[in-house]
Amino acid sequence: MIELVIASRCIDCDRCVRVCPTNVFDAVPGGHPVIARQSDCQTCFMCELYCPADALYVGPDCEQPEPVDEEAILATDWPQQYRRDSGWGKNRDRHPNDVWYMQQMLPEALSIRAGLPRRRAGEGQEPGS
Amino acid sequence: MADHADLTAGVLVIGGGLAGAWAALSAAQHRADVILVDKGYCGTSGVTATAGVGHWYLPPEARAAEVAARTSAGGDLTEPDLMYRTMEVAWQRLPELDQYYPWPVRDGQPNRASSVRGPEYMRVMRARVRRAGVTILDFHPATELLLHGDGSVAGAAGIRLQQGGTWTCRASAVILATGGTAFLSRLLGANNNTADGHLMAAEAGARFSGMEFSCFYTVAAAHSTMTRSFPFMYGTYRDCEGNELPFQTFQSGLPMIASALARGPVTVVLDQMPRRTRERLAHVQPNFLLPLLRKGIDPFEDPFPITLRGEGTIRGTGGVALTGPECQAGVEGLYAAGDVASREPIVGAVSGGGQPNSAWCVASGTWSGQAAARRAAAGLAAGPAGTRTAVTVGAVPRPLTADDIEAIRGTVSRELNDIDKNMLRTGEGMRRSLAVLEDLWTQLAGHATGAADRDGLRTREAAALVAAGRWVLNSAIARQESRGMHHRTDAPDRDPRFTRRITTSGLDTVLTTLAPAGEHQAGERLSRERVAS
Repeated sequence: MIELVIASRCIDCDRCVRVCPTNVFDAVPGGHPVIARQSDCQTCFMCELYCPADALYVGPDCEQPEPVDEEAILATDWPQQYRRDSGWGKNRDRHPNDVWYMQQMLPEALSIRAGLPRRRAGEGQEPGS
Repeated sequence: MADHADLTAGVLVIGGGLAGAWAALSAAQHRADVILVDKGYCGTSGVTATAGVGHWYLPPEARAAEVAARTSAGGDLTEPDLMYRTMEVAWQRLPELDQYYPWPVRDGQPNRASSVRGPEYMRVMRARVRRAGVTILDFHPATELLLHGDGSVAGAAGIRLQQGGTWTCRASAVILATGGTAFLSRLLGANNNTADGHLMAAEAGARFSGMEFSCFYTVAAAHSTMTRSFPFMYGTYRDCEGNELPFQTFQSGLPMIASALARGPVTVVLDQMPRRTRERLAHVQPNFLLPLLRKGIDPFEDPFPITLRGEGTIRGTGGVALTGPECQAGVEGLYAAGDVASREPIVGAVSGGGQPNSAWCVASGTWSGQAAARRAAAGLAAGPAGTRTAVTVGAVPRPLTADDIEAIRGTVSRELNDIDKNMLRTGEGMRRSLAVLEDLWTQLAGHATGAADRDGLRTREAAALVAAGRWVLNSAIARQESRGMHHRTDAPDRDPRFTRRITTSGLDTVLTTLAPAGEHQAGERLSRERVAS
């Protein structure tokens, strides 16, 4: 569930208020958005993906809140992980969209499970674009 | 009144997931004045936004084999004609994404059979819908349909979650694109999918088909929503005694995991994933690792506990029974697109998750948008829609206390998701669940006047979930056999007498009907004639 709006990073763009599909945040005039309805969070991580300031942190447990220490979270790369690995914003050139590789995974997993010689997944296939 | 918005549109689309976006785009491309309302935000709402989806994207010469394979796998409940039509629309329309979405390149050509990243796809669709001139109203859940005196659809009404107050929208045609429901199983991205459209359709007189096919499950880490399943193919699974489960594929592996979960915790470690795939995984499915790493789990080295999340009618197939080739929902002026509509005609008794369902969103959105736009054009010629009298059906119930609502939602979720109740079904067990839901329905029906706020919405959602659960259970009780995903331990074999559709309808009294054997094929002949004429 959503746990943190990190004040030291938040730029008050209110994008999280606009994009959260379950309407968890409230905008605050002249201030940072607040988590107004935490129990409505569906742990979909969409707010992290859309946050341009890496200022949100969603905990891994979807069933109950797990209060966290903001300093400890700031020492990790978790708030920026989803947006970075998706190649959104400033990460565009360094993190390719390799979703095409999913098609390689099914035959690869099946052949590994069947004990067959491993297919060189990805070889000669899409380089992405 | 400041806290009420009175809107008018040619076409009103309810729901801004994949099907709703394609439907709104299609209606706008056919020159309709379109409003799209979403319970959340069109772009992050719906189960596509959090996933990665491929489409049924097959060249004409490959389709006959696919139709034959799907017809057999789907338990002979499909309509080949509709399967072909669905594939053809996806084939025609996916090239429209070329200029917006970075398809992978294969042999110098965009590979449109590839998976598409959900967040990027929905971001693109929102932009296309806006550019086509559609008015998008986020955080505007619809709670009821408006009907003319003759029973035809006049629009819809709902709540404004962020501004406060209510809205009504008069429209010549309404397209329901509210998605399937997973009965609050915590399936990724599915919490808003509370069968709202199913309830509105039923109140207007629509029927459902295939609701018994709502028992598909997906693996996730325990306490996690992350139902991205591909990496779990590389798992080594162990039961509570540490014995390895002989997992080969999901099809054979899921029942094994389910019975092991009934005995105690089950763990997995993704140790069979090769290094090159591990290194790439964050760029293939950027969300898969998020909950694991945050729990301090290295999924390739550390065994971690898993759960199964029910997919309800999302990766199930049941929904509004369509009554015509343009996604007519059986009520004049009402259409259904995407997962709210039954996908029994294209996939039968097995899941259409992934490719067929995504193609269905494109196709059903295209057809319903076009038909709704045509109806809107005719409606404008006949005079302004606002001169007719709309009546409200399905009054928003007075909110119960927040605790009551939570309790009802929790009960529905357990009755429709617990593995021993819904995955391993028995007639006796389902009748017990149905009795529980009948009792909940009575409680909800006793609260028939409404509030326009979050609690009022939650109450309405609870009513929709209970209603949908009752259609599911009545269908599944009537299907006294096992077929496709519908597995009954008290009737484990397929019974040829049930090679027929089961439909349900009604609110206070649920009517369950076994269609005559072979009727769906007869219906297909009719629809082919209609399309040809």
